[in-house]
Amino acid sequence: MNGKRQLGNRILLGLGFALMVAALYMVFIYAPTEKNTGIVQRIFYFHVPVAWVSFLAFFVTFVASILYLAKREMKWDAVACASAEVGVIFTTLVLLTGPIWAKAAWGIWWTWDARLTTSLVLWLIYIAYLLVRSLAPEADRSARYSAVIGIVGFIDVPIVFIAVNLWRTQHPSTIIFSGGLTGEMLQTLVVCIAAFTVLYILLVMQSAGLKRMEAAIQRLRSLQEE
Amino acid sequence: MKKTFGKIFVIFWKDMLTEIRSREMIIPVLVFALLVLVIFSFAFGTGADTAAPGVLWVALTFGGVTGLNRVFAVEKENSRMEGLMLCPVDRAVIYWGKVAGSFTFMLALALVVTPIFLALFNLPLFLPGLALIIALALLGFAAVGTLFSAMAVNTRAREILLPILFLPVVVPVIIAAVQATGPVLAGMPWEEMVIYLQIITAFDIIYLVAATLVFEFVIEE
Amino acid sequence: MLREEMAASAWAVEAREVEKSFGEQRALRKIALGVKRGECLVIFGPNGAGKTTLLKILSTLVRPSAGSVWLEGDNVRNKTAQIRRRISLVSHQTFLYDNLTLYENLKFYGEMYDVPDIEQRIREVVAWVQLEPRLHDRTGTLSRGMQQRAAIARAVLHNPAILFLDEPEVGLDPQASALVRDVLASAASGSRTTVMTTHNLERGLELADSIVILNRGRVVYRAPGQEVNAADLKQIYDRHTG
Repeated sequence: MNGKRQLGNRILLGLGFALMVAALYMVFIYAPTEKNTGIVQRIFYFHVPVAWVSFLAFFVTFVASILYLAKREMKWDAVACASAEVGVIFTTLVLLTGPIWAKAAWGIWWTWDARLTTSLVLWLIYIAYLLVRSLAPEADRSARYSAVIGIVGFIDVPIVFIAVNLWRTQHPSTIIFSGGLTGEMLQTLVVCIAAFTVLYILLVMQSAGLKRMEAAIQRLRSLQEE
Repeated sequence: MKKTFGKIFVIFWKDMLTEIRSREMIIPVLVFALLVLVIFSFAFGTGADTAAPGVLWVALTFGGVTGLNRVFAVEKENSRMEGLMLCPVDRAVIYWGKVAGSFTFMLALALVVTPIFLALFNLPLFLPGLALIIALALLGFAAVGTLFSAMAVNTRAREILLPILFLPVVVPVIIAAVQATGPVLAGMPWEEMVIYLQIITAFDIIYLVAATLVFEFVIEE
Repeated sequence: MLREEMAASAWAVEAREVEKSFGEQRALRKIALGVKRGECLVIFGPNGAGKTTLLKILSTLVRPSAGSVWLEGDNVRNKTAQIRRRISLVSHQTFLYDNLTLYENLKFYGEMYDVPDIEQRIREVVAWVQLEPRLHDRTGTLSRGMQQRAAIARAVLHNPAILFLDEPEVGLDPQASALVRDVLASAASGSRTTVMTTHNLERGLELADSIVILNRGRVVYRAPGQEVNAADLKQIYDRHTG
């Protein structure tokens, strides 16, 4: 890694750290307690950014998949895969924090509301993406196949959302996050979103970098065998 | 242009001939779909209003997926897929030929399963609205399933991978189909289900186009 | 087949710096070869040398990881459908549908290749491979030797200018094998360009205008067919694939 990149990495790391500390402070101390549901509501500051990142991650996988199919450079495949792996983790967090919040605040685990349900389907598509990679034997085939899923799966997400939304408006659920956000709450939310986005970027860069190094080592090894 | 349609039909016809001659695929899948129908009827009861649409669509979905497994498996023997790929045709032509085959297969399945379903639930047998929903939804299944079938056939655990790929992606179709079927079975007016038909149609168009574009990346080596 | 000569467009089949990797495994490295129009190139090599992979790349079935393939002066990446019209591949697998009759199989491929006067052409090729009595039998009921002849009928149905053959005489009894050899010889005559892989040094040499030996994904020996006789070839082969 050249000097410029290392500096960029360091800055990003520092920024991420600072944002996280700020976020923690704001979530637990700065933001006011919500009047209806109390302290439990603070999960919201975790749930929403994590959900945002999970969709961002899938979008990145989508774009990287297209770039891979167009250019056939393995670096795009590394990015697509890394983003999917990080994305699946974040989506899992969404599916955990959502019900925890719902149970603590409203007494029920799952409400089939459009956003949470779409996250569930997104999670399943991510899992399918990763499964194909593990079941398709050679590197170029798994890259190609998962790229196709990255593209075709992403297109599905808005359609799923619309369909579920329509379905649920006919059966209105009990969750309504009513009331607006106060200034402090909004600020806290924004900082949290920023913090988690930077975390996502760092994780993907690390993971993609590792994959590329692994591939390079493999290539060197096979060259040596000749 | 005419040549393209001609070749799509040639592929389709070849598949129909091989299928009719082998008779391997349709009968077991049909039996499976009927079993799903019956088991789910036991599971959810035969109360027509709530359980019925779900039961029908579970049977059609799982029957459909089971049939889709075979779409490209037949080309594995004698390396026929290589023979197809050597032909001077656009990869999309192969895709569309196979979609036509999958769609026809699933329609045939529905043609048998649906009347039996309607009879079991004591519903009217003549329902053109239902036919439309089924046709549109199965087209979506064929569009997505054919693409994923081409993928799954080259991987390990192909029979289980296809449903894992297929089912999450067709969730909108299943939701919309079930929601549209309810009003139709209850004899409600057209307006109730138009919006769902629009969703399914949009899905069909989007996926037929998207799959046409990416298919070559799946079957090339 | 030196570099400078390859710049000429008299090559019917040309591989330029072709490489192929499957994941991290390198199957073919820097393959450069050319076949003049009407000539027959025979590729020898042990199992795993990459012969089949090379043939598949040349016949547009497989994409090279690097390098390019040129058939009759055109880059296969550009006019793929047009090029495919004029080439054909015969391999161990027949590409035939066992449940369809020989006639239906040929009709299918004939329509896919836009063969003019299909009925006439089918009758011609079936007569040529001596399978007329079995024309309306399902190809699954044919013996292995007959299936291979049927595959050759399928391959020449659309009159390809370039014929690729992958070890075409493998697994056949002597009689069927001899018939296949005759069929090959007449297919390879005329203006048709042929590229063939085989284990059989003698038979390959008989048919070859030029030969190439492949080992571990590399071209390790090449020569015009006339300059080598069968006995020498065995020694050369052993030496290069030791």
